Amino acid sequence: MNRIFLIIQREYLSRVKKKSFLIMTFVGPILMAALFVVPALLANQDSEQEHVLVLDKSTMFLSALEENSKVIFTYLPDDTSLDSAKEMVDGKKNYALLYIPMSETGSMAFLEENIQLYTKKQPSLGITGNLRRQMEKEIQRRKLAAKGIDFEMIDSVKSDIDLSTLILGEDGNEKEGSAERSMGLGFIGGLLIYMFIFIYGVQVMRGVIEEKTNRIVEVIISSIKPFQLMLGKIIGIAAVGLTQFLLWVILTIALVSVVQMAFLPDPMDTAEIANGAGQTMQLSESQETARDIMDGIQAINFPLIIGMFLFYFLGGYLLYSSLFAAVGSAVDGEADTQQFMMPITIPLILSFVVGSSIIDNPDGPLAFWFSIIPLTSPIVMMIRIPFGVPVPELLLSMSLLVLGFLGTTWLAARIYRVGILMYGKKVNYAELLKWIRYKG
Amino acid sequence: MEYLFEAKNIVKQYAAHRALDDVSIEVPKGSIFGLLGPNGAGKTSLIRIINQITAPDEGSLIFDGEKLQPHHIEHIGYLPEERGLYKKMEVGEQAMYLARLKGLSKSEAKQALKKWFTAFEIEGWWNRKVEELSKGMAQKVQFIVTILHKPKLLIFDEPFSGFDPINTNLIKAEIKKLQEEGATIIFSTHRMESVEELCDHIALINNSKKILGGEINSIRNQFKQNLFEIQFKDSVNGLELPEGFLEKSSTHNTVQVQIPEQESPNQLLALALKSGEVVGFNEILPTVNDIFIQAVEQKNQS
Repeated sequence: MNRIFLIIQREYLSRVKKKSFLIMTFVGPILMAALFVVPALLANQDSEQEHVLVLDKSTMFLSALEENSKVIFTYLPDDTSLDSAKEMVDGKKNYALLYIPMSETGSMAFLEENIQLYTKKQPSLGITGNLRRQMEKEIQRRKLAAKGIDFEMIDSVKSDIDLSTLILGEDGNEKEGSAERSMGLGFIGGLLIYMFIFIYGVQVMRGVIEEKTNRIVEVIISSIKPFQLMLGKIIGIAAVGLTQFLLWVILTIALVSVVQMAFLPDPMDTAEIANGAGQTMQLSESQETARDIMDGIQAINFPLIIGMFLFYFLGGYLLYSSLFAAVGSAVDGEADTQQFMMPITIPLILSFVVGSSIIDNPDGPLAFWFSIIPLTSPIVMMIRIPFGVPVPELLLSMSLLVLGFLGTTWLAARIYRVGILMYGKKVNYAELLKWIRYKG
Repeated sequence: MEYLFEAKNIVKQYAAHRALDDVSIEVPKGSIFGLLGPNGAGKTSLIRIINQITAPDEGSLIFDGEKLQPHHIEHIGYLPEERGLYKKMEVGEQAMYLARLKGLSKSEAKQALKKWFTAFEIEGWWNRKVEELSKGMAQKVQFIVTILHKPKLLIFDEPFSGFDPINTNLIKAEIKKLQEEGATIIFSTHRMESVEELCDHIALINNSKKILGGEINSIRNQFKQNLFEIQFKDSVNGLELPEGFLEKSSTHNTVQVQIPEQESPNQLLALALKSGEVVGFNEILPTVNDIFIQAVEQKNQS
């Protein structure tokens, strides 16, 4: 036992002391924080208003176009010629010219087809969409008026449903749910497990290849059983992974809270100021979104998700890393690993590919089977958990994963003990099978 | 005789290939034992079994009077044929790690290592990376960690392959010293001439079978052909040999003669003295290489 601990210690320290570990530890959370913060910052930023010249020969839209956050309108006198109006468009101060021709017959169909926008460069979808919507609305209003229907009446019957989901708990209380949030959370969990299995599984494989090519492996296994060496390496590298993950969580939380303090006012403070001023103060849209997210985060069962994440991370890692170790032992260098890597990476990638259909239907047969089979369950179950998984199903998946990694470890150990002592031999699958059957 | 290690009727099968077929060896306490044979004969398979890296399919192993058990590795030092070090680790850290894997405590390992590093004049390399070491220095480090825990049994597989002559002599001298201090040593090599002056016992292995074994001088006597070499001061034109005497080879001033078993070499010497001025007369004993070839031939005939 003491000796396995020595192996674990060496595997752990030699990696944690590396510069690359330190760099990843700091770069990781910055990337993660950027993933959350940058979109929020971008959404927060007001895009510039563009000046649009309007030459309305029909005079129908003179009061219909309203300026908003995207566009400001300047009406040209309707006797301006189209050519001189076009010349005024410079792409800077005057961004575009909206030309509405005179309809001889006053037909709306003519207008629908002949309104033109002149610009120096391709206008953004935001601006063309904005203009189109405003004009469509005006034309609709006029068509309705022609049929004797009051547009304000139509407006007043329009409705907007805000469907909030409440999940009924066993003990009768209700929790606010959100499919979007579950989806995001499940996806992030699955992605992290996928990344961790790959990054650290490959490290196990590299470690085994290193020992083999350095020719140190036989020196070591004269003091310790090959299985113990393999296990020590796998556990040591798992500890590196967990350390990195822990540091990432701490640093990410620190970074996100620093950014929040700097950019988003504390809701408590805002409320107090509002009360103190004795007037209702409207929170800006982005601040409201931020509060929504905060409220939503409080509704998530974090202990369950983090606990399951650790379990599936470790289970998945143990299952795959022993296979990676077997691959490393069978080859003479990293270049030869390709043919054996394929069957290992396929289930990993497959579980990610089916991930999107599982998000659409988290309780369907596809989701069920993929989250039960040990090769795919670490990623797929992680995607499902935020949507809620029945406890018996969860327990089945967990116990199968435990059996799965015991199985792959047994199998890998039998390949490993022969492979590490085999030099300069091109190995194929038939050879591996033979090794598995060797005695002692 | 008291044996430190005995292997009895060992069989090891790898799928269609039988690596060891009913092999038995006895290694006397305090001896230097040569495990000799061509590449692929099964030497390394046997050594891995002694080190408990693999287990035999049949047969029994006895270490120092007990059945071989996992804890015995603390009393065995093994320098494998394929040997190396972690390139990225520091030399001292690496040596400490390997010593502690053998069961030494931190302070024991440190103390013993400092002593050996000084003796081998590599103490200045303690904090350097292994990849900075020259090949000769890396070999010294490997040798030190093999013997550091004062094992009762030392096993060297192809010990001198890749060693330069200076290191080879240094290591041969250290091995002799270890033997005097009571250690038992097994050499395994296909280069039989490189160890024959060191070994007192040998076992010859060919095609997974032991073909010969025992004390080296008695084996030599068993295989000797009563061959004598006479060296003259000046060149001679052949000798007039009595019946039964056979001239094997000659140069301008030496003659090798095989004499019948019942005859005395004195008769040959008397003859030689009459033919010219004799400066040398000695018996040609077979080398281990010769013995091996003869033994294989005998085995094939029978």
